[in-house]
Amino acid sequence: MLVRVRVNGAAREAEVEPRTLLVEFLREHLNLPGTHIGCDTTYCGACTVMLNGRTVKSCTLFAPMADGGEITTVEGLATDGKLHPVQEAFAECHGLQCGYCTPGLLLSTLQLLKKNPKPTDAQIRKGIAGNTCRCTGYQNIFKSIRMAAAEMEKR
Amino acid sequence: MYAAPFSYHRAGSIQEAIKLLRELGEDARVIAGGQSLIPLMKMRMTRPTALIDINFISGLSEIHAPKGELRMGALARHADIENSAAASGIPLIHDCAAGIADAQVRNQGTIGGSLAEADPSGDWATALLALDTSIVCVGPSGQRTVALEEFVKDAYTTVLAHDEIVTTVHVKMPAKGSGGAHLAFKRSAPVYPTASASVQLTLEDHDQCKDVRIVLGCVGLTAIRAKGAEDALRGKALTEKSIRAAAEAARAAAQPQSDMRGSAEYKRALIAALVKRAIGIAARRARGESVESGHEYVGR
Repeated sequence: MLVRVRVNGAAREAEVEPRTLLVEFLREHLNLPGTHIGCDTTYCGACTVMLNGRTVKSCTLFAPMADGGEITTVEGLATDGKLHPVQEAFAECHGLQCGYCTPGLLLSTLQLLKKNPKPTDAQIRKGIAGNTCRCTGYQNIFKSIRMAAAEMEKR
Repeated sequence: MYAAPFSYHRAGSIQEAIKLLRELGEDARVIAGGQSLIPLMKMRMTRPTALIDINFISGLSEIHAPKGELRMGALARHADIENSAAASGIPLIHDCAAGIADAQVRNQGTIGGSLAEADPSGDWATALLALDTSIVCVGPSGQRTVALEEFVKDAYTTVLAHDEIVTTVHVKMPAKGSGGAHLAFKRSAPVYPTASASVQLTLEDHDQCKDVRIVLGCVGLTAIRAKGAEDALRGKALTEKSIRAAAEAARAAAQPQSDMRGSAEYKRALIAALVKRAIGIAARRARGESVESGHEYVGR
């Protein structure tokens, strides 16, 4: 069936089987491999994207359910070649090592800061509880999110 | 992982969804948030031949509190309930909504889907059994309202007919002087709890327990009303001794199975601890105190 979405501001469409997962639709059919498949079991959050302004795990959504929707992936965060403040902060604070979980964490951070521009550490923990990182131990991720919050507040 | 093939149908109205269920036959299923159904389909534990997507039916996600009642549309997302001013009037409901899985799953999963799925480890049935809850279901011959006690029959089994859909969840507002709490313990945020407990109690004269409901989750095929535990408190003063007796009765009422989340013995101990703590928080809330509470997990 034909699935039509807006991804990172552009209208995109592809003919897919209904059982195609949103994450595969993005990666394989729309050629947007920035969103990662981690556990494929609704656990790790590497596949997190924004659908109609809310983060979802794109491994746990069939592509037709997103038909007509507005999607933001990691590829849509930078504008005019300039990194988004959340990306800048993760780079600055070494909020990643292997980078596998990073696309999902960036979107979850964005969702958290949109709802709560000045989160406490407890609120950060709750906000990214659905994103698993197996490298860094989270300390630098927390630093990155605190810095992103401070930077975004200035703008 | 790929689900088995299916055809996809987007319903524009409840009537259309019911018509599609009848036309597409017994192997068709309704999909709402899909946060339980899609993982099961990917593991091929269920293989519907057709999915009827009800996410785009308008008017099914409202949350409002008309006189003496909280009404939540079947498509209200856990996050909508977590952030709803109307729902915040019942702290036990906020505990439950704010603690289910993680932010992404709460953004997508729905209360109606969770109840209709009747997963033994789901949170909503446990939480809502501690309150007066009824489920509005619509089928080809009209609407019926079923008490939650009657709605869930067994693990993954409800009274819903094949061509019936949950549309609204009605919860009676607790009496003045009543307080409640839903506590759950899970190994990490995204997973189902190992055990959960919901307590709603009404106090008079500060610590006399006038009425109480105690419900245990994840330790049986359905949520369990621990009536023995309730009897240990009802009509009595809340003391260390009576609370301990209630926790012990809850431990005895649990019917846990050993699995990857823990041994049966461990889960019984966990249930007793959760019930004891939930009683304490419910009592403080009944006295008007504002207490933060909810799901506990490592790293929270």
